[in-house]
Amino acid sequence: MATLELKNISKSYDKTSIIRSLDLSVADGEFIVFVGPSGCGKSTLLRIISGLDAPSGGDILIDGNIVNEVSAAHRGCAMVFQSYALYPHMTVYDNMAFGLENMKVPAAVIAAKVNAAAALLRLDALLQRKPTQLSGGQRQRVAIGRSIVREPKLFLFDEPLSNLDAELRVSMRSEIRDLHARLKATMIYVTHDQVEAMTMADKIVVLRAGVIEQVGTPLELYNRPQNTFVAGFIGSPRMNFVPSAAVPHSPAGTHSVGIRPEHAQLVQSAASGALTVTVSQVEQLGSTSLLHGVVVHQGAEDTVFELVLNGQTSVQRGDKVFVTAPPEHLHYFDKDGLRI
Amino acid sequence: MSVLQFLTRTRTRTRTRGRQHFDWTDWVTYAYLVAGLFMMFGPVLWLVMSSFKTESALAQFPPTFLPYSQKTVVVSGHDKPLPLYIVKDESGATRELAQVSRMGIVATLVDPAQPTVEIKTNIKNRTPVNEMQFAWSNYTEVFGKFSFGTYLWNSVFITVVATIITLLFNSMAAFALSKYQFRGQKTVFILIIATLMIPPTIILVPAFLVISSVGLLNSLWGVILPAVATPTGVFLLRQYMLTIPDELLEAARMDHASEWRIYWKIILPLAAPAMAVLAIFSVMWRWNDFLWPLIVLSKSEKFTLQLALNSFQGELNTQWHYLLAMTVITLIPVSLVFAFLQKYITTGIAGAGVK
Repeated sequence: MATLELKNISKSYDKTSIIRSLDLSVADGEFIVFVGPSGCGKSTLLRIISGLDAPSGGDILIDGNIVNEVSAAHRGCAMVFQSYALYPHMTVYDNMAFGLENMKVPAAVIAAKVNAAAALLRLDALLQRKPTQLSGGQRQRVAIGRSIVREPKLFLFDEPLSNLDAELRVSMRSEIRDLHARLKATMIYVTHDQVEAMTMADKIVVLRAGVIEQVGTPLELYNRPQNTFVAGFIGSPRMNFVPSAAVPHSPAGTHSVGIRPEHAQLVQSAASGALTVTVSQVEQLGSTSLLHGVVVHQGAEDTVFELVLNGQTSVQRGDKVFVTAPPEHLHYFDKDGLRI
Repeated sequence: MSVLQFLTRTRTRTRTRGRQHFDWTDWVTYAYLVAGLFMMFGPVLWLVMSSFKTESALAQFPPTFLPYSQKTVVVSGHDKPLPLYIVKDESGATRELAQVSRMGIVATLVDPAQPTVEIKTNIKNRTPVNEMQFAWSNYTEVFGKFSFGTYLWNSVFITVVATIITLLFNSMAAFALSKYQFRGQKTVFILIIATLMIPPTIILVPAFLVISSVGLLNSLWGVILPAVATPTGVFLLRQYMLTIPDELLEAARMDHASEWRIYWKIILPLAAPAMAVLAIFSVMWRWNDFLWPLIVLSKSEKFTLQLALNSFQGELNTQWHYLLAMTVITLIPVSLVFAFLQKYITTGIAGAGVK
């Protein structure tokens, strides 16, 4: 149980700046997801919080205490690594017990805690196995088990699901959510997958090039992205950005208008300012249909446009379609990409 | 195909699939291997066979491969067993007779069945009756004759202690060089590796002066300590430890492990294959070491087996039968180590050398 506060954190290697004066506060028991493209500094930030890396500047506060000088072991964080980093020569039991042994916890207490964690993660039958004898999902659970036996203040997850196949990823996602609900611990989760971020987070922190672009709940980010980067990053398929010239009634100063593919609707004619799109590809998924096309409009030529239609469609490749969107689902951005 | 590839390639399944007969290249390969085996193993085999020969059989010319010695027989009226000969008489018939004495070219023999009748004959007419006989006494006597136990203990002590310290020191150095970032890390590593270029004979005198001034002459520690830090060992272990993921160390740090515990519980177990290789090397080096112990140890009660072997040879007459027996005993431990651990050598070198 802990709060975390980052004040003016920066990190640079030699002259390359990875993180630039970043502020963030995390409330007790929150599930925070850091999301961003690769190289945005999200893993570095996690390592700074864990104590494995030192920040170049700024303060890290856990429970209100500055922990800059506190070693990784004593910060009370537990980390689940992308590669799991299980000790290959130890059994599952020893892997989970190692941290407690280092803390000189009595053996009986260790056994009780490890068995409890194993029961929670359904690892009971595997305690005497070596990591190489486990499947990817089981290794993942051992890595999580190793972190929970120590009852840390803060859980840190560094892209823990990226080595799993798609199906397993979905089930592990809900397992981690369940775990959070049961432990009520503060968790920080790093991922580059916006679907993971949307489905798991209480609060998402979108990072780009070492700067926080927006912090908010998944739906806040989806409904009111603060800039084009967040708008494009959150939601799948990506939001379409159409030059304002093609969209009538845009507010003054609008540079581009964002329309999510799932909010676009087909209309019969080009009247009332509908966009004309030449369809270049049709993907029939059964329950939905995905159209790819190019906007045909003065000042907006060559703008790629995607739309998702409910059900199946008779639109063919090469057809011209007319597209509108409800006004509440139009996002207006200025020339710096900021929301108007 | 290069010469080396040709000489070292192995028969693969694809090459012989569906064929019953060896290709001519297989014959060449096997001939080459057998020749190599003969050249390398032949002398060792000869040594082992010779170590079972009696003193007189060793002096025989031409030498025989198997330990033959002359058959003897106890004849009544004579205290010692007499050597048996096959004697050809004038008619060309042969008889097995025991030789009583020999004067010049005339030998006096008796028939073991009729000990009173003496037969004189030219020594050209008799040929010794040989039988295969293993002189186990070479081995049993060598333990009593020399302070063999002391030499063996000295050798074992030096080998075991030096190997343990070598493993400990080299793995700690390798751990630091592979897993810590510090100023001068590369320089230190290059300096360590650079010492490989200095022939041991060049540092013999300075090392002797150091050992002498710290008072370790004629002490087993004087042999052990200079040998424990080996650049080869540091290099071997460092290269292997580089392949251990850093994330494991970070996970251990988050698990409250001290640096010492990381070394002891994570690095050492994971570097076990490379450690095994170094252990084998160290055992072989220390066991077979001759020059350095020869310089440091001059009292015979501190001799290692190798020095003891040498000192036998230095005396007025060399007792070859004991020397050979002791040489064989000296070979046994290191052969066993090699035989049982050789698979680690190949895997360890392959693992440590490539990455």
